[in-house]
Amino acid sequence: MGEFFTISVLIATFASGVRLATPYLLAALGETLGQRSGVLNLGVDGVMLMGAFFGYWTVLETGSRLLGVLIGILVGLLMGVIYAIATLVFKADQGISGIGIFLFGLGFSELLFLEQVGTPRSIPSFEKLKIPLLGDIPKVGEILFNHTLIVYIAIALVPLLTWLINSTTFGLNVRSVGETPSAADSLGVNVNKIRTMTILAGNAMAGLAGAALTIQLGTFQNNITNGIGFIAVALVYFGGWKPGGVLAGSLLYGLLTAIITKWKTLGIVSGATASLTTMAPAVLTVIALAVIARRSTTTPTALTIPFSRGD
Amino acid sequence: MIFLRKFHGLLIPLGAVISALAIGALIIAILGANPFEGYLKLLEGAFGDGDALADTAVRAMPILLVGVGICIAFRAQVINIGGEGQIVSGALLSTVVALNLPDLPAIIIIPIVVIAGIVGGGIWGAIPGALKAYMGVNEILSTIMLNIVAIQIMNYLLRAPLIDPVEIERGTRIPQTERLSESSDLPILIDGTRFHLGVIIALVAAIIGWLFLWRTTLGFKVRAVGHNANAANYAGMPVKKMTMLAMTYSGAMCGLAGTVLVFGSQSHRLITDGSSLGFTGSAGFNGIVAALFGGLHPLWTIPSSFLFGGLLVGANAMQRAIQIPSSLVVGLNGLVVIFVVCSTNIRERIQRMITISEETTQSDTFTRTRATNG
Amino acid sequence: MKKNIRILLALLSVFALIVSACGDDDSDSSGSSDDGIRIAIVAPSAENDLAFSQSIVDGVGRLTGVSEVAITPGTFIVEEAATAIRDYAEDGYDLVIAHGSQYGGPLQEIAADFPDTAFAWGTAVDTFGLPNVSAYTAASNEGGFVLGQLAASIGSNVGIVGPIAVGDAKLYVDGFQLGAEAGGASVNVTYIESFSDVALASETAAAFVENGADILTGTAQMTVGAIGVAEQEGILWFGTQSNQTSAAADGVVAASQVYHWEVALQSLVNDISSGQLGGNTYEINLSNGGLVIEWGNWDVPNNLSDLVDSVSQSVINSEVTTTVG
Repeated sequence: MGEFFTISVLIATFASGVRLATPYLLAALGETLGQRSGVLNLGVDGVMLMGAFFGYWTVLETGSRLLGVLIGILVGLLMGVIYAIATLVFKADQGISGIGIFLFGLGFSELLFLEQVGTPRSIPSFEKLKIPLLGDIPKVGEILFNHTLIVYIAIALVPLLTWLINSTTFGLNVRSVGETPSAADSLGVNVNKIRTMTILAGNAMAGLAGAALTIQLGTFQNNITNGIGFIAVALVYFGGWKPGGVLAGSLLYGLLTAIITKWKTLGIVSGATASLTTMAPAVLTVIALAVIARRSTTTPTALTIPFSRGD
Repeated sequence: MIFLRKFHGLLIPLGAVISALAIGALIIAILGANPFEGYLKLLEGAFGDGDALADTAVRAMPILLVGVGICIAFRAQVINIGGEGQIVSGALLSTVVALNLPDLPAIIIIPIVVIAGIVGGGIWGAIPGALKAYMGVNEILSTIMLNIVAIQIMNYLLRAPLIDPVEIERGTRIPQTERLSESSDLPILIDGTRFHLGVIIALVAAIIGWLFLWRTTLGFKVRAVGHNANAANYAGMPVKKMTMLAMTYSGAMCGLAGTVLVFGSQSHRLITDGSSLGFTGSAGFNGIVAALFGGLHPLWTIPSSFLFGGLLVGANAMQRAIQIPSSLVVGLNGLVVIFVVCSTNIRERIQRMITISEETTQSDTFTRTRATNG
Repeated sequence: MKKNIRILLALLSVFALIVSACGDDDSDSSGSSDDGIRIAIVAPSAENDLAFSQSIVDGVGRLTGVSEVAITPGTFIVEEAATAIRDYAEDGYDLVIAHGSQYGGPLQEIAADFPDTAFAWGTAVDTFGLPNVSAYTAASNEGGFVLGQLAASIGSNVGIVGPIAVGDAKLYVDGFQLGAEAGGASVNVTYIESFSDVALASETAAAFVENGADILTGTAQMTVGAIGVAEQEGILWFGTQSNQTSAAADGVVAASQVYHWEVALQSLVNDISSGQLGGNTYEINLSNGGLVIEWGNWDVPNNLSDLVDSVSQSVINSEVTTTVG
């Protein structure tokens, strides 16, 4: 255990934690926006898987990671269109249609991978970008400022989204649509238009999260997300529907995963007990929630309820 | 037009399913195989002969059990997506019990493990239920987390305390328990097939679920809440108790599914592949979809689960026949779910249009009659 | 809404039953044709996974005396594999290969039910005392040792990403470690407790690199994750089970220990054709040519290929210990 508590190992672990948190963060931020406007999307994992496959395939065929990321966003947008139509036009039950999207993404990402790629081939991963000056700060610099561009983007989205939700008209509309859509409607806000925008944005971010994940790992595999999308949905609740809270939750997850991996490589935990440490983040999340049990009062009131004028 | 009017309620979801399947056929064709052959093999593999039907029934059984639990939970306004973890908990508890009571005759041990499964799953459902009822923790979050916890506990137990001693001897260390005593095997009911007692257990559970909802006062209250969330107050049932009941019942059904999966399996032991879904086959999710398609009615969940089980079994047969990976069927399942759930809204709209046009016709007639009688 | 969906369900069920009853009854083909025996393979991962499952598919593909090969890949759920094994036996295949150590439990039950079908189980050594079951395994420690020594002459800090410490995986890891240490390198081993978790393999490999590793290796389907890290960081990878050269760009995969299962299975196929269904254990190793060291796409210096030859020889002559415990 002593080896773990050396400065260099700790720094490397924390840095990994930030990196690992990125897919969770991107997906959860997108879901936050959607949920604030009253739409629950349980299918985030499926959207991530589609974004992951298409991002991977694009990089494999073209060598361009930028293109891979953009395609991932595009695929997310397309999935978002499907979800928006199902939720807003057909007013389908959001829980069920979300699971439908999940199964769709899970099945087709695997099918496409097996048919179009077959053998797992590695792709180039993101390059690290050290931020000048800030990156040179000892210790802190390495943890925070020596990452890939996608990590910086994800973190930058947190204050951006906070500002968007709290300080812009659009954000005000989103919030009112999520709390009392009928009141918003009577004030002239187009409820479904706002929700369309948040759904599209949210799913685009989920697609981005998937592409980021697979390019980060440098390869693709069936069910590569392994439930990250579902955890991301849970993180929205954990974060109290605020981007800042979501960031905290994602970092918690990323950090714990990094610590456990490090312990395994250092031989601190091995064999059977490794399973117990793997579940630590989940247990901690539940405990944290039970302790800070005020969450349900901040739920957007209209969450999962479709809006019809005259309801 | 009259035909459409009368049967729209049926044609539209049927149309949804057909559209989804048509897209699937298109994809199969693009991938270079014959869609008709593929679907035929799928149906054959699922329902083609006695063996296939038995396999489908066995595959449907955990889905049915989970679905019955969901019927109760969702009606009580509780979203239980912790099925996977509850299945595992039930399986674990009943396995531990069976390992410690190896020499009992079947008549005694089978009911014991069934009860153990119900208890194990029930506890795992009660935890998020209590967290929601008494601490306001959202059940979507807690159930997702507890799924992860249950799976890792299973991984740990199967590697250490519960591992088959034979595995340690041989040094192969596969995460599985020793073979459970033969008396605890769920007996095969139809020779030459894999149709075992578990299917009957699931059917009985469905009937009990139906009886509960329609023949008990408690069940009536649950249905009332399902119709209108505010009705809980009028029904005189404290919300907290309702939540606890729903989560525990639902968890218990999932736990029972776990037991049946282990004791009806071909390996007759609890085994995992080291990652998450190796044991349940996603029954925790499929059960939710099956329940919803059955209109949250335990008896209608039976054919619904049967169809799902058939699709999953048939997918493997299709894969063997035309070399299209079975993941196509998983994706198609998702598409069918989305299409059918969307279609219910179209139907309601058309229903409304029809009702309005009927009312207009009636009032026209009325006015004219008055005019002539003037 | 609910009522109508129910009617739909009823209709669909009836429709399905009718159609399938009218469908072609695929008659079970039985017995072996004169062109050879029919083989079926059940494997836990994709048949082109460049690792475990691919090794058996490639191996069977090189056999003679075989008229048909059917494959069911991706059955990591043991229950599904059991169903596939049983279905193949019922369909009259002459040899059903259960390619996964975790399939032993159900196989024991199924083989007893089908005494006229031959079963092969790998990687394993137990035939359950049944006359129609054979077991096959790979002495992957031998090739692992050779690769380990090879690695140590190129680099000095080895990171090994292992799945679960069982079967041929453990043999390979132990062998590689011993070989590398004999060559003077330092070695770190981590078992990630999964055969399939690519992300975890990737993380583990990254952690090794952070600790200064200049050589990486590992075994099982999840290694593609680690190979990606090797490519990213410009580190050499040593592969096993299949030739992993195509998993990355040229120059990343130095060499692979390739399983040639056909060396072991050919005699089994011949036996089955003449009526003896099993009961033996087979091993592929350096000596019988079942394990072959294949180079990646780079200019291999002569001293290194000589090194491989000489170390292989000493392993074959049992001059060195390649296993632990």
